[in-house]
Amino acid sequence: MYDLIIIGAGPAGLTAGLYAARGRLNALLLERLAPGGQVLTTDWVENYPGFPEGISGFDLMEKMKTQAEHFDLPIRMEEVTGLELLPEKKVVITHKERLEAKALILTLGATPKKLGIEGEELLIGKGVSYCATCDGPFYRNQEVAVIGGGDTALEEALFLTRFVVKVHLIHRRDKLRAVKLLQDRAMAEEKIEFIWDTVPVRILGESGVEGIELKNVKTGEIDRKEVQGVFVFIGTQPNMDVINGLVRQDENGFVITDEKMETSIPGVFAAGDIRSKVLRQVSTAVGDGANAAFFAERFIENVE
Amino acid sequence: MSDLLEVTDENFDAEIVNSDIPAMVDFWAVWCGPCKTVGPIVEELANEYEGKIKVAKMDVDQNRATPGKFGIRNIPTLIFFKGGEVTHTIVGAQPKNHIEEELKKLLAD
Repeated sequence: MYDLIIIGAGPAGLTAGLYAARGRLNALLLERLAPGGQVLTTDWVENYPGFPEGISGFDLMEKMKTQAEHFDLPIRMEEVTGLELLPEKKVVITHKERLEAKALILTLGATPKKLGIEGEELLIGKGVSYCATCDGPFYRNQEVAVIGGGDTALEEALFLTRFVVKVHLIHRRDKLRAVKLLQDRAMAEEKIEFIWDTVPVRILGESGVEGIELKNVKTGEIDRKEVQGVFVFIGTQPNMDVINGLVRQDENGFVITDEKMETSIPGVFAAGDIRSKVLRQVSTAVGDGANAAFFAERFIENVE
Repeated sequence: MSDLLEVTDENFDAEIVNSDIPAMVDFWAVWCGPCKTVGPIVEELANEYEGKIKVAKMDVDQNRATPGKFGIRNIPTLIFFKGGEVTHTIVGAQPKNHIEEELKKLLAD
């Protein structure tokens, strides 16, 4: 039996793993895809301390992975398909095997939320995108729409201006949520045109995005913009498939913890974007991960 | 980096469309973070399915015609071929076991 199994190798999971490995716990980190998490889609991280010039999301995660492995943390590429949370042990079922641990840390992360409007599903991969750094260069000299008004929406809109002739930034309110520095940059960028108080109602096109239908939430007026791409950054949803109903969650499915990162089930901890909290950043995920590993270790000591 | 077959606009038909065995192509680019997570998985699968399925990658920056022909606008995209026809497409990074399921389907029917 493992002391600790950590599920998900983003910033929170890799930090928890680093702490657990340094604490000489018999720990295992499981990852369904490859270490990194959502940060991999970030072109440039400039608010993670220690990198004054900023660092690419990919390089930052390579460093975190290398650092965890430096302390002999085993990382295995397996997809978790089920959990059994018993008082005496926690069972983790993967697509390959059945593993047991005294404690668990859930660092499953989050995924970009979809709009849920007509045309969206049909046109994913054909102009609808949730990752500007993956798909931006396909839109050279074209016009695109960016949906959202937070940090991610503005960062990605600014990234897209390297390729496109125009970004229509569509936001449902008349004010942005994004950090002031990003707002200033976006306002100063000629290629970004803001469309306020507006929500998308339909994405147009059959074999590729041809346009977007918009509705002004104040006047009810319907408008259309001709765009070849629609980039959606309206927040995230928790990757909760394997934990749904097993631990206490908030109304959006994020996992509720106390300040020790412990969930409603003793010995099951949660850290990073999966956790119910306001600010989802690499820096907050790292703090969560350290706390979760610390209190998981305490839990394991008390069990023994 | 590896000996994974790299296809181009020039040899795509010869290598993939006219391949005797089923094929899977990973469309990627150096600037794409998630592509770097799928890359190593594709390399592993290339070794594991050698002789049964032709696994290849195509750099969409160096080759514009083929991605254009398949309407690719998001990467990573994996396209599965059998007898020159597209049988399935996976858009975005997916775990190895999901990709492998599709490869098994290629061999099954």
